[in-house]
Amino acid sequence: MDAIVARYSRTAGVEHDDLRGEEQYDCSAPSSLPLLSLPPISQPAAFLRAHTDDASNPDCKIKIAHGTTTLAFRFQGGIVVAVDSRATAGSWIASQTVKKVIEINPFLLGTMAGGAADCQFWETWLGIQCRLHELREKSRISVAAASKILSNLVYSYKGMGLSMGTMICGYTKLEGPAIYYVDSDGTRLKGDLFCVGSGQTFAYGVLDSAYKWDLSVEEALALGKRSILAATHRDAFSGGSVNLYHVKESGWTYYGNHNVGELFWKTKAEEQSFENVPTDFTVDA
Amino acid sequence: MYSEPYIDPASAHAAAAPIEHRFNPYSDNGGTILAIAGSDFAVLAGDTRHTTGYSINSRFQPKVHTLPCDPPILVSANGYSADGDTLVRRLGQRVQWYSYNHNKAISVAACARLIQTMLYGKRFFPYYVHTIVAGLDEEGRGAVYSFDPVGSYEREQCRAGGAAASLIMPFLDNQVNLKNQYDVQTGEPKTAVYLSLDDTIKLVKDAFSSATERHIHVGDHLEIKIITKEGVKVEYFPLKRD
Repeated sequence: MDAIVARYSRTAGVEHDDLRGEEQYDCSAPSSLPLLSLPPISQPAAFLRAHTDDASNPDCKIKIAHGTTTLAFRFQGGIVVAVDSRATAGSWIASQTVKKVIEINPFLLGTMAGGAADCQFWETWLGIQCRLHELREKSRISVAAASKILSNLVYSYKGMGLSMGTMICGYTKLEGPAIYYVDSDGTRLKGDLFCVGSGQTFAYGVLDSAYKWDLSVEEALALGKRSILAATHRDAFSGGSVNLYHVKESGWTYYGNHNVGELFWKTKAEEQSFENVPTDFTVDA
Repeated sequence: MYSEPYIDPASAHAAAAPIEHRFNPYSDNGGTILAIAGSDFAVLAGDTRHTTGYSINSRFQPKVHTLPCDPPILVSANGYSADGDTLVRRLGQRVQWYSYNHNKAISVAACARLIQTMLYGKRFFPYYVHTIVAGLDEEGRGAVYSFDPVGSYEREQCRAGGAAASLIMPFLDNQVNLKNQYDVQTGEPKTAVYLSLDDTIKLVKDAFSSATERHIHVGDHLEIKIITKEGVKVEYFPLKRD
């Protein structure tokens, strides 16, 4: 009887399998979830936290990349998505060239905040699910449905230690431009404007002060870029460069990589902002 | 390395008091690895020292592996060597099954995605490793992919991993990607160009001998594997033994 209960009372897609722990990808399983192995102990979540959570255990061995600023907003001309590109593990900058916008398919973008692997893995998995929907239904998936596949997935792993804060952005005939915020707690919100990550407050500050629905595409891209720049300036965990995207009816277009090293001084000179930062460092005797 | 549990004679008397045991299956075996991609080659290098804490277990335990496929792919998983060896062994099996199932050799891009699924498959019981693969892409250009312990990955020009990554990576940023270097005449930032194979190997040797000077977990020998369209060549270079 216990065996039967154990067989049917698992969290989705996880498997206790002693120390063998080889991963499998079982496409025939009804949920089409990859099987994730668990350590052979009673409290897997506590084990994971002890070894990987930098906040609760600063000298943990396995550092998982964290820290980000990402934003997306709806406006008259579609959606602008802007992100930074820094990955940190503690105070070590693991990378300055991370792609934090995940191109799920030509019409859907997902942003990356929190665990880099969690976002990258599950958003590519979401791409598979969206393609399967397309083949089954002979029509493109709505942004609402796509984001709900992801939120249901992360909810099935609730308490296991997944860490992701993401915005699913897309454009369909039915919905127009749509943004859904989905995080690993299971929260799923539809909205016009979101900033996510350790630098979110700094980005909100700039974005809220200049945001209008009637922004032109050029103005909207500039505002997205400027908001991320502000966040990279004040949040130590954000930086590197800004990646820009515009989503409209025909799908998304990429608007380039903008290195903060040059972008900062260019912006400062052009709009005479960041006046607290001196340009020359000559000290009077 | 396995050692007998130490029993404190003082606490052996107080056997009635509960003792907290925590499940700790991980250890850090030091060492460092480095990969650089060129226009038509890629190199993956690693030192051969194997340590636990302050003890040197072996001075020659190579960790840069060549996968059983043609064209070959280089891989190294640095960190906890038991996890690293296991990952590479399982990856070798998967790469062979790929060739049987699809009747063609796996590409570096596909191999990188396979490693992501393998690492993420142990998301809740991670391999304690920093993984780097190097090979030639489908256009024949050098390709380097690097991974975090749970499978997030990125293609890069160069990457250092392991104990001395924080010592080597800034050097690579400056010398390979020419970060913070400016043209004397124009004052414009320099743009990176592909390094020659000779310059790349010189750079790798300098990186490792410098890391050996300043990191206790790096030393003994340097093993450099070079991948070109002709196949894999291996070069060894002595590092300090102290």
